[in-house]
Amino acid sequence: MEFDLPLIWAAIIAFAILAYVSLDGFDLGVGIMFPFVSERSGHRNTMMNSVAPIWDGNETWLVLGGGGLFAVFPMAYGIVMPALYAPIITMLLGLIFRGVAFEFRWRASEKNRIWWDRSFAFGSVVASFAQGVCLGALIQGVKVTDRVYAGGPLDWLSWFSVLTGVAVVVGYVLLGSTWLVMKTEGELQAIARKFAFISGLGTLALIGIVSVATPFLSAEYHLRWFEGINIIYSVIVPGLVLICAAILFLGLRKGREVRPFLAAHGIFLLCYIGIGISFYPRMIPPDVTIWAAASPDKSLEFLLVGTVFLVPTILAYTIYSYWVFRGKVDSSEGYH
Amino acid sequence: MFGIDAIDLARMQFAFTVSFHIIFPAFSIGLASYLAVLEGMWLWKKEEKYRQVFNYWKTIFAVGFGMGVVSGIVMAYQFGTNWAVFADKAGPVIGPLMGYEVLSAFFLEAGFLGIMLFGEKRVGPKLHFFATLMVAFGTLFSAFWILSVNSWMQTPTGHIINDVGQFVPDSWMAVIFNPSFPYRLTHMVLAAYLTTAFVIGAVGAYHLLKDKTNVNARLMFSMAMWIAAVVTPMQMVAGDQQGLNTLKYQPAKIAAIEGHYNNVTGAPLVLFGIPDDAEEKLLYPIEIPRLGSLILTHSWDGELKGLKSFPKDDRPNAFVVFWAFRGMVGMGMIMLTVGLWSLLRRYQGRLYTDKWLARAAVCAGPVGFVAVLCGWVTTEMGRQPWTVYGFLRTVDSASPLNAIEVGTSLIAFIIVYFLLFGTGVFYMLRLMSQSPANVIDQATTSLKRASGMTGAPSTLDPPQR
Repeated sequence: MEFDLPLIWAAIIAFAILAYVSLDGFDLGVGIMFPFVSERSGHRNTMMNSVAPIWDGNETWLVLGGGGLFAVFPMAYGIVMPALYAPIITMLLGLIFRGVAFEFRWRASEKNRIWWDRSFAFGSVVASFAQGVCLGALIQGVKVTDRVYAGGPLDWLSWFSVLTGVAVVVGYVLLGSTWLVMKTEGELQAIARKFAFISGLGTLALIGIVSVATPFLSAEYHLRWFEGINIIYSVIVPGLVLICAAILFLGLRKGREVRPFLAAHGIFLLCYIGIGISFYPRMIPPDVTIWAAASPDKSLEFLLVGTVFLVPTILAYTIYSYWVFRGKVDSSEGYH
Repeated sequence: MFGIDAIDLARMQFAFTVSFHIIFPAFSIGLASYLAVLEGMWLWKKEEKYRQVFNYWKTIFAVGFGMGVVSGIVMAYQFGTNWAVFADKAGPVIGPLMGYEVLSAFFLEAGFLGIMLFGEKRVGPKLHFFATLMVAFGTLFSAFWILSVNSWMQTPTGHIINDVGQFVPDSWMAVIFNPSFPYRLTHMVLAAYLTTAFVIGAVGAYHLLKDKTNVNARLMFSMAMWIAAVVTPMQMVAGDQQGLNTLKYQPAKIAAIEGHYNNVTGAPLVLFGIPDDAEEKLLYPIEIPRLGSLILTHSWDGELKGLKSFPKDDRPNAFVVFWAFRGMVGMGMIMLTVGLWSLLRRYQGRLYTDKWLARAAVCAGPVGFVAVLCGWVTTEMGRQPWTVYGFLRTVDSASPLNAIEVGTSLIAFIIVYFLLFGTGVFYMLRLMSQSPANVIDQATTSLKRASGMTGAPSTLDPPQR
């Protein structure tokens, strides 16, 4: 049997990026909310502790997204990175600011801890916004000639990419706040619930604007969504988003703890599928297809053999790790 | 920009980000194994000192590891951002190896690190030990794959070049186990162990100088000095073997290391001198006759090729390679001295009481880092002007970016790295300056104080029973 290896790999990379967005999304969201939660309450410790044991694993999916792209779609990697140069570097620096804060804030004196809280929040906002900008810039399309990026240094910047940047920040707050609803209790949970309501509304509004704008960016997207049989997607995907939104808001109102988190992830998943529908079969719009960007089959095959075994293993111990740290967090927990 | 072009800036950026990065893994590879040994000893012997020393270093490990993770993510993107043409061309060969690094090493470390740092009470001692082992294995797997990638760039084999100019794999075994890989892997893993041992030895010695009866400081110092005494000679053999391998596959690098411009039979060992690439000669040489040939060819009359036998465009910068190599070897000499000295004092029963040995060990704390950096500069600068040795030139590897973009990001990296990682190193040093003897007592008091004020966890390890 012949396998379409590039397509299988596109699916694996897509899965890695989705895993990244879903997982690091909520811990970035927790960081974005940091400035809005008072320092004196001690809630910041709880927020930090809720993600401290797992953030590193979450962020590794980003390395798989980048490293995987390098491994199996080196041409796409070589085009996207220079094209999105400024937002990618900004994201990396943002991730450093927040990543070091996890340990540093416990090492600083009481007086200086506030600086690492700021670093955590600042880094989270910057990294999230930059990721959204990257998404928007990709949707807009990237100019390529002869396997190399052919645009200018600021091609990524547009009202659309800024809009998607904001959308991702707000969306991550939704993931982060529903995570806290699930993992905390009492006053902090009430704060998180309020955040979930506001960011939920914001996310929906921004998804609406981005979705309406996308088909008008290019005739291609318009065709994809509004012509012929495809119009079914345009009904089904938004319909499912609305169902998830209903579950989210009802869940929040009724004091459910797990359901809002799952519903928020449902919304992200659907948006992701929507973007996939717009992109397929392209890896980088408008010109580079999945097959053109792929490494030779021998490279794809070699890595796939290990991947079919390793990714399930990774998922198994990741789930185990979440299981170990299940239940409500307590501000005094941790080894610090 | 100031006569520097985008490629120079991209090279500086790579050199800067990778040099900062390597400091953390060089330390955490060794420390992860050390922690696994300590925890294993504790489970086996049930002596409290093993657990106390474990907890002491675990906290330091966490700070260092976090910095390794975030500076490592940057590396995963550097190939694409600044070296896009290299990424496109070499991607089909080295990409999958790095993919395996992520899948087999990074996830393993990250997945079990949380349990190792925070999960002791939740999973029990045996599973916790398992998690520590997985973190240690993860660091070693990572070294395996990334050294394979680097070695392939130095001594590429097992590939063919396709019609769009990409390197594509022909034989994976030949790619992974390329000619220089076994030597480089051995040399780097031993280097990581030595680097960590000298840090641990320095911390142990520092606290012994304050109190020579400190049991935990004695444990650290003794273990570290065993590594120094045993591994340093092993490392010298490994380094010699790597040198012979380099002579076979990258003779121009050896010529630069040795400072030879002309072909010489019965070549001297040049101790010092100033290589001048423009004049094509070594100024002010201080040499030992014939020893160079003896070391590299195992014969008094062996012939060594000089830099002039290679076209000017194919030569590395001899000054940098020459001196970086001597920096590394010099650090090795310090390690050997401390290691042998400690053996002597141990035999005399004065290991913990010789103040001068302890002072020397404190001073020798950073030698491993210096050696690692010098060694990498030697091998990477010695590979120039190629990214894939003999096949792809550095000038043909860069991204289509202008100097302003690369320069701006370079400045941003420099500021952020010095600010954040500088603070991180300060925190690590501060943790190391705390006495390992009364970890538990200090932690208990400080926990109470911190809880009283903010309900927050303390800044020190609470006891974990």
